[in-house]
Amino acid sequence: MTDFVHPTLLFVLGALPIPFLKGPIRKAYLLLIPALAILAVLTMQPGNYGTAQIIGQEILIAKVDKLSIVFATVFTVMAQIGIVYALHLTRPGQHVAAFIYVGSALGVVFAGDYLTLFLFWEGMAFASAYLIFAQRGEQAIRAGFRYIMVHITGGVVLLGGIILYGVATGSVLFGPIFGEKGVAAYLILAGFTLNAAVPPLNAWLTDAYPEATVTGAVFMSAFTTKTAVYVLARAFPGTELLVWLGTAMALYGVVYAVLENDCRRLLAYHIVSQVGYMVAGVGIGTEMAVNGAVSHAFAHILYKALLFMGAGAVIHVTGRRKLTELGGLYKTMPVTVVLYMVGAFAISAFPFFSGFVTKSMVVAAAGQDQRALVVLALTMASSGTFLHTGLKLPYYMFFGTDRRLEAREPPRNMLVAMGMAAVMCIAIGVFPQPLYALLPYRVDFEPYTGVHITESLGVLMFTALGFVLFLKALDPENTISIDTDWFYRKGARRFMWFAEKPLARYEKAVSDVSETTALPFLHGAARVGLWIDLTGVDAVVNGVARSVLRGGGMLRQLQTGVVTHYALAMIVGVIAAIVVFAVAWR
Amino acid sequence: MIKHIVDFFGDRKYVNQRHRLFYLVLVLIVAADFLVSRNHAHYLWERLPGWSAFYGFGSCVLLIFVSKFLGHQGGLMRREDYYD
Repeated sequence: MTDFVHPTLLFVLGALPIPFLKGPIRKAYLLLIPALAILAVLTMQPGNYGTAQIIGQEILIAKVDKLSIVFATVFTVMAQIGIVYALHLTRPGQHVAAFIYVGSALGVVFAGDYLTLFLFWEGMAFASAYLIFAQRGEQAIRAGFRYIMVHITGGVVLLGGIILYGVATGSVLFGPIFGEKGVAAYLILAGFTLNAAVPPLNAWLTDAYPEATVTGAVFMSAFTTKTAVYVLARAFPGTELLVWLGTAMALYGVVYAVLENDCRRLLAYHIVSQVGYMVAGVGIGTEMAVNGAVSHAFAHILYKALLFMGAGAVIHVTGRRKLTELGGLYKTMPVTVVLYMVGAFAISAFPFFSGFVTKSMVVAAAGQDQRALVVLALTMASSGTFLHTGLKLPYYMFFGTDRRLEAREPPRNMLVAMGMAAVMCIAIGVFPQPLYALLPYRVDFEPYTGVHITESLGVLMFTALGFVLFLKALDPENTISIDTDWFYRKGARRFMWFAEKPLARYEKAVSDVSETTALPFLHGAARVGLWIDLTGVDAVVNGVARSVLRGGGMLRQLQTGVVTHYALAMIVGVIAAIVVFAVAWR
Repeated sequence: MIKHIVDFFGDRKYVNQRHRLFYLVLVLIVAADFLVSRNHAHYLWERLPGWSAFYGFGSCVLLIFVSKFLGHQGGLMRREDYYD
């Protein structure tokens, strides 16, 4: 048994045969690869694997420690669930993209140096973009291009930071960046926070995820932001800025979720909100806070995927995505309702669901670190989380006004995948110890105390009271919300307008100047040039030519073509050379 | 069984039972909050029984109305063809 099989290898190489397999064989194969990857993660031993020297830099393909193992565990488990959910797809494209996407995410998680990290970072961006394009339709393709352009920009910023960092420190090994942060560190931080969807760099997520395919969005909800949390936890623990960014984004996502009408966009805003807890936890940087951030990422991947699967099932069955067009589905989709609600209870941190044992660790760490404001803000965000994902979304999607939609339960594989995620959400909530044992630091935290349970239930159930009393104010409206993507969606239009109007006018003015002023001047200059050419230059050239011609004629007279003349000339030359040598040289 | 549970929360005929159950749960939670031990309280508010219920309700109302205010008066909500 080897100590380490890189799971990226399994996924990326494993993606190659997918298009050539058909029917049940392909399905079995698709299920086998993530299972092997889970096995590879469970059996791997901590250590450094795959060191090499490339362009004079030390490269470390895989650095295995507790932090990378916990992320790799949940990534491979999630890949298994996501593949089950997507098993009914007949075209191979999305499966291949998903495999490369997961493989790249795992590549980032094990990357021991920045160059390896960057390579897989870009791999993730391109593979995931395919999951948006695969939806087809103009809206999705436009969103896909915006997504890829934002990520390429972020990638360039990250690469710039990496190069500056490498030049400054002489090493590109990936590890904590301590001390005074220079330009390099801030560029790297900006690249990382873009993928973590920290406002104002969040809009790519909420713009693109709801446009992705039903199955693709499930993968996307899990990997990109959580690899960003991983790299932040690795490189920037204890960065004060992240505490405030994280706290702000926890509330930011919740505020936008109130306004949202698209079911998956609402969930996407809750990714922003939930990742806020993790970013804040990394920013606080104590052992408990980092543990909280990591465990919350673990739990989040599973319950958020479950929520996306639930909303995806509704879209798959009804073809509708707006809350204003949905309602009354509980009669035809009761199993979906129950499975969705497990995810909703988990994200809301109800006791005995996964969020309860992870989110509270971040909040408790903030409390221990004497950050009262952070505690209050994060608790408020918890209230908002339940308000939207636990009450508003299921109410308007499954209950509410009966729109008499024709619906049924989704395909069996979708239900099975949701069931797998739901079991994990409850298992982690009831038995948190196995998850705690995986965390990078020793856990000294007991989630199930009387006061914690009553406090959580108090916040959540009285949020429900607010929902019941002000239900009318929450009715979804047929609108979209302006987010920071406004700057490049409207901004790009301004740029195009600028390109078309002032820039075109400028160009016309320049060409006018050239026609009225420059062109006559050039004509005059050309005429002068011609005169100089004819009288001066030509005279010189002709003179030279005539001299050469004359010289050539004289030389020709020497060329008689008689061999004896040449021989004579050579002998004369040799004698002359000897004379020169004998007389002059001495 | 799943269908029965879901129907209980959806069907109009259970609306009174639902409300009674809901208010009972609220009362029980606040009552329990008075009974649990608070030896490890960090902050002043953590020592007040019923604080979390108050804060949860307040947060919910604040979030709804501040967000809707930002959406309508702040101009964040736009017609769906805004970007077209």
